[in-house]
Amino acid sequence: MMQDLSLSILDVAQNSVAAGASFLSVTVDEQPARDLLRVVIADDGRGMTPEEARRAADPFYTTRTTRTVGLGLPFFKMAADLSGGGLTIDSAPGAGTTVTAEFGLTNIDRPPLGDVDETVAVLIQGSPDMDVLYVRRLGDRQMSLDTRVLRRALGDIPLDAPGVSRFIGEYLAQHTRELLAIDS
Amino acid sequence: MKSIAELQALRDEMQGKIGIRHDSDAGVRVVVGMATCGIAAGARPVLKAFADEVGRRGLTHVSVGQTGCIGICQYEPVVEVYEPGKGKTTYVKVVPEMVPLIVSQHLVNGNPVVEYTIGSAK
Repeated sequence: MMQDLSLSILDVAQNSVAAGASFLSVTVDEQPARDLLRVVIADDGRGMTPEEARRAADPFYTTRTTRTVGLGLPFFKMAADLSGGGLTIDSAPGAGTTVTAEFGLTNIDRPPLGDVDETVAVLIQGSPDMDVLYVRRLGDRQMSLDTRVLRRALGDIPLDAPGVSRFIGEYLAQHTRELLAIDS
Repeated sequence: MKSIAELQALRDEMQGKIGIRHDSDAGVRVVVGMATCGIAAGARPVLKAFADEVGRRGLTHVSVGQTGCIGICQYEPVVEVYEPGKGKTTYVKVVPEMVPLIVSQHLVNGNPVVEYTIGSAK
């Protein structure tokens, strides 16, 4: 079990990396009025067959050959199920995969969200050739980071270059603080 | 507030620098195991710490990246350092507090921190 949801997001997003995605979007949508927290992880990777998608959240199913278990999606699904929500997988071969997890926002069994900024920063650092769109919503307000926009400004400087990594970290921290109205 | 316009200035500044890394195969590669086992054991702050420390020191010959499950889950977080011509060093049960020493002693000065490697693990 992951300590918080941001670690599960990082883990599930690694499936997108493994699926050869060139674009990944991560949306964290917090709707207090509906007591809902929704996390959507969507990629343009190779996708899954209906049978693979059906079994992806089964801990004793995996496509890797090094061992017989795969716990990323099962952990995420368990966290969603236990907090009054659920997890759905939308996928087709060649059409990418979208994982949607819903949680009861104030459900006592909902794991804390954790540090999504660090998850996004590490995703970009770890897969600098993949584009990432991160959107965080709170009620009707939102912040976002889109590496496609960063790339246009950066030219041929890679996203994992040291100065860029620092910029991404500070950008996420500032915009998250502003969205959540936390005094810095 | 941070804005994208700052990146243009950053690009101009970096393009003027000698030794900016374009070919990551040419330098030292640090990879952190970022599968379920690694993440659950604390790999994320370790990768962040390496990226921060390498950035702070301006080590343009070092790239920091990730890999999947390395196959020794009981030793996670696992960090591998690849040096051209010298092969691979495997650090195990890495925590962010170990990172500054690995960066200064190994990545900068070329001497692996033997007590953190898998050969010293119990």
